[in-house]
Amino acid sequence: MLLPYFQWLSDTRVSQAIGQSSWAFAVVESVHLLALAVIGGAVLMVDLRLLGLGLRDQPIERVARDAFPWFVGSLIVMLITGFGLFMSEAIKCYYSTPFWVKMGSLLLAMIFAFTVRRKVALAGEGQVRPIWLKVVAVVSLVLWFAVGASGRWIGFSA
Amino acid sequence: MSLLPFCEWLAVTPGSIALHQSVYMYPLVESAHVLTLCVFIGFAVIWDLRLLGVNFTNVPMTQLKRRLGPWMTGGFIVMVTTGAMLFYAIPVRSYQSIWFRMKAVALVLAGLNAFVFHRTIDRRIEEWDTDPVPPHAARLAGAGSLVLWTVIIVAGRMIAYNWFDCDKQPQAQIVNALAGCVVPAEGLR
Repeated sequence: MLLPYFQWLSDTRVSQAIGQSSWAFAVVESVHLLALAVIGGAVLMVDLRLLGLGLRDQPIERVARDAFPWFVGSLIVMLITGFGLFMSEAIKCYYSTPFWVKMGSLLLAMIFAFTVRRKVALAGEGQVRPIWLKVVAVVSLVLWFAVGASGRWIGFSA
Repeated sequence: MSLLPFCEWLAVTPGSIALHQSVYMYPLVESAHVLTLCVFIGFAVIWDLRLLGVNFTNVPMTQLKRRLGPWMTGGFIVMVTTGAMLFYAIPVRSYQSIWFRMKAVALVLAGLNAFVFHRTIDRRIEEWDTDPVPPHAARLAGAGSLVLWTVIIVAGRMIAYNWFDCDKQPQAQIVNALAGCVVPAEGLR
């Protein structure tokens, strides 16, 4: 059902340009990786804090508030560069299981990050039972790990 | 002194061949190397931005160091171990890769930057522990670190591409010189 759209995407000028250039994919991929480092730091700061690790002398909401702009900024860069990478090999992605695992977990991870996790992290001390803070952190870590690991695996399944 | 003979010897050891040819082990090591980036460099970025006075400005430096330090050490150990395994799997090509060499130089410089930081401004950290914007020397160390880790990530990613590989000749003389390619004189041109 989605194949025609993927086909259309891979026929666009931008997609062709990235695919045919010898260096464009490598450059976009590098920016994707640089943003990965930033988003990794931003996600881990908050999830570790929810687990009672990391910056545990600071209130949760303060850690969440300081990390938030870096999380959103790097997520935007990742989505833009990721879309560029995807466009250049849309048909390969269509037939790639890791790609669909990544898209599924990415969707869940983003929804979770902007709804439950954000609410819980900003709720303030004592509003949420400690066990739920930990559950939220573990769910977030598992989802983002799935996104990263399956993303890396797209490149291995030729 | 060339390390080429050593790399050639390493390349024919059973472990290197096994890792190189493995279906799952090599991708798994590679994935671990890339994903640990989130832990080690992710926290290094947070730390460097704090040194620059950009984020977590109300967290004392010593607190950040104490809380992030163990995670960064752990991440660093995994990165170095998996990185060494990736080199072990493909020693000769890595050794003669211009990107690998660029990454190695940047890694040494990043280490040097951290060493100088610890030996100088970090010694007086109590004096500026709670300053939202740390002194000039500390900001310099933070900026230097960010630039170097950027080079390390980009150069590391580029190792995968064979644009400047020694078996792709002719290459510009400067490329052959920097990559340490052994080019037969005019023979194969």
